[in-house]
Amino acid sequence: MSRISKFAARDTGPSARIVGFFSHLRFNNLKLGVSEVETALTILDQINMSDPFEVRRSLKPLCVGNLDESRRFEDLFDSYWMDSGRVKQKVIPNGNVPNEKEMVSEVGDKAIDNSDSSSGAPSEPDEGTAILNDQREGELVAVEEASKMQKDLREFVTNQEIDDAMEVAIRIGKALRDKRSRRLVSSKKGQVLDFRKTIRRSLSTGGDPFKLINKSKPDRPKRIVALCDVSGSMNVYSKIFLAFLSALMRNDQNTDAYLFHTELVRVTDALKDENTGRSMEKLSLLANGFGGGSRIGYSIKKFSRTYARRFVNSRSVIIILSDGYDSNNVNDLVEALANLKKRGCKIIWLNPLKGWKDYAPVTASMAASLPYLDLFSAANTLNDLAALDEELEKL
Amino acid sequence: MEWKELQAALAEQSYIASEELVVAIQLALSLERPLLLEGSAGVGKTELARALSQAQSTKLIRLQCYEGLDSAQSIYEWNYQRQLISIRAAADDGVSREQIEKHVFSKDFLLERPLLMSITQDKSPVLLIDEIDRADEEFEAFLLEILSDYQVSIPELGTINSVTKPIVILTSNGTRDLSDALRRRCLYSYVEYPDRTTEIEILKARQPNIDFLLACQIIDFVQKLRKEDLEKTPGIAEMLDFSAALIGLGVNDLSHDPEILQSAMTTLLKTKTDQWNITTEVAQRLAGQAA
Repeated sequence: MSRISKFAARDTGPSARIVGFFSHLRFNNLKLGVSEVETALTILDQINMSDPFEVRRSLKPLCVGNLDESRRFEDLFDSYWMDSGRVKQKVIPNGNVPNEKEMVSEVGDKAIDNSDSSSGAPSEPDEGTAILNDQREGELVAVEEASKMQKDLREFVTNQEIDDAMEVAIRIGKALRDKRSRRLVSSKKGQVLDFRKTIRRSLSTGGDPFKLINKSKPDRPKRIVALCDVSGSMNVYSKIFLAFLSALMRNDQNTDAYLFHTELVRVTDALKDENTGRSMEKLSLLANGFGGGSRIGYSIKKFSRTYARRFVNSRSVIIILSDGYDSNNVNDLVEALANLKKRGCKIIWLNPLKGWKDYAPVTASMAASLPYLDLFSAANTLNDLAALDEELEKL
Repeated sequence: MEWKELQAALAEQSYIASEELVVAIQLALSLERPLLLEGSAGVGKTELARALSQAQSTKLIRLQCYEGLDSAQSIYEWNYQRQLISIRAAADDGVSREQIEKHVFSKDFLLERPLLMSITQDKSPVLLIDEIDRADEEFEAFLLEILSDYQVSIPELGTINSVTKPIVILTSNGTRDLSDALRRRCLYSYVEYPDRTTEIEILKARQPNIDFLLACQIIDFVQKLRKEDLEKTPGIAEMLDFSAALIGLGVNDLSHDPEILQSAMTTLLKTKTDQWNITTEVAQRLAGQAA
């Protein structure tokens, strides 16, 4: 293994390197604590440490927590331990969480390192675990370095705008979410006696109703799923929508958010970040292709086929923020909307163009999707969005 | 046990596991940590727990999660009817109140549910918590407590500490995002659809008498089918049903008889749209490529 990273002589030993590795993982947003480092050292004790692949295989189940991380882990591991990789941060244990500025430079450094390493021979050690995925961490970061032309979302959305959007988002969120059912279901805090359940329960105590069961009107929170078009034609509006999205997200952690242009990207995790700068940083990495063409039909279809199966049900409200200019076949869009509708959700389409005088939804995709929409409305400014809450309450 | 031995032991139970998965199980065993398995439906997550329990020759205790699952169904419940009978009988015998109370709140009257059952076994059982994402978030929080301490406190009886730590396997289909806290407690492995060679091995393990050429054809066909635009992608269980159906129908070559193939496809395609989309022509094209 000639490609294994060489560490500086001042480095204090294997455990310091492991700590360094874990902070490398933390920089890349893997949620790992101190106890994981401890467990990692225990694991290394039990295995053959001289085999890098075995180490990688064994640390993986410990370090990753979801599919995305699981797919990125091998690249993260290789970029630290192999690829003749440079150690990107000090390997001396350092408990400090990096501030925002460091984060930014960190990403830049990584990009350079990764592009360096990619010029060498591929370091994929075992073909058996090759994963067909186009969103690997290494490539993702490298892309950011390669295309400086890409819009930087941090300049795009300011803190002030998010604050403004927050107010609107709270109102919209309220209008959409806080639905109360008229039906009564049993609940501990209820005020009304649930006779049927009380009597059923009393059977086990020989007909004596020892335990009284109450019922109340349940909350039926609606879950907001927002799909935002960030293609070239939406450039002017994306700014507001993105601010709106992040405000929605902070207002209610259950909100789910996606961006689409020619591809669909889930940005829920990126938007959840409290740190606006870092959140936007992540977004710009994710939204590679931002400001390009748009394939609405394709993206929505992909959404209905993948994420919607997991996250959309009759309690979901899907908000599509798009101008409806699609370079794709209309059939895809119609099929996707019909599919989503079958899941029992509400679909709202907010189109910035609708605010224009004399606008008519004549583009093929817009016209075809109208029958599936529960609300089709204008939205070019925050004020337009704010005015929506009454309409949304009626849904 | 080395992971290779574990892999062989699982293979004996006709479960062919990938390297990555076996290493994860091996770690879960040695570190005594729960293992969270995610993956599409039908990649063999639940089956793994069964195979593991057989390989370790221990009991499999299964807790199927659903919305509204609570502690009465997952930990313990008092056997109310028995307690009542006992009280009635005791009253006739003139036993004192304290004695009756002590008697009816003893272990004899406790109905053990999966979580309690799993910590009171003499030999570490495999505890399968299936489809954890279907349970409510409250249940998840409550599960966290049990998974970290392996003890259950019953007000009337006191705390029951674990005799042995169970081997915990959680599965999730991703109907909702699980909490970070739960993910942190567990080791994680994402189970992918197996590659061609592995799937052929799986088929051979389950259908030892199958003709090798037919096995290859079936796997190629099913793997091609998975790439098609389907509402419900066929899993491994469906593939096994499909091959059993073909063997039952006496088929030796997939592309031989379109009609028989089409009728056997009902084992693979589970929605109307999918059956509509994969017409005889499409099936024949796929079978032709597979041949």
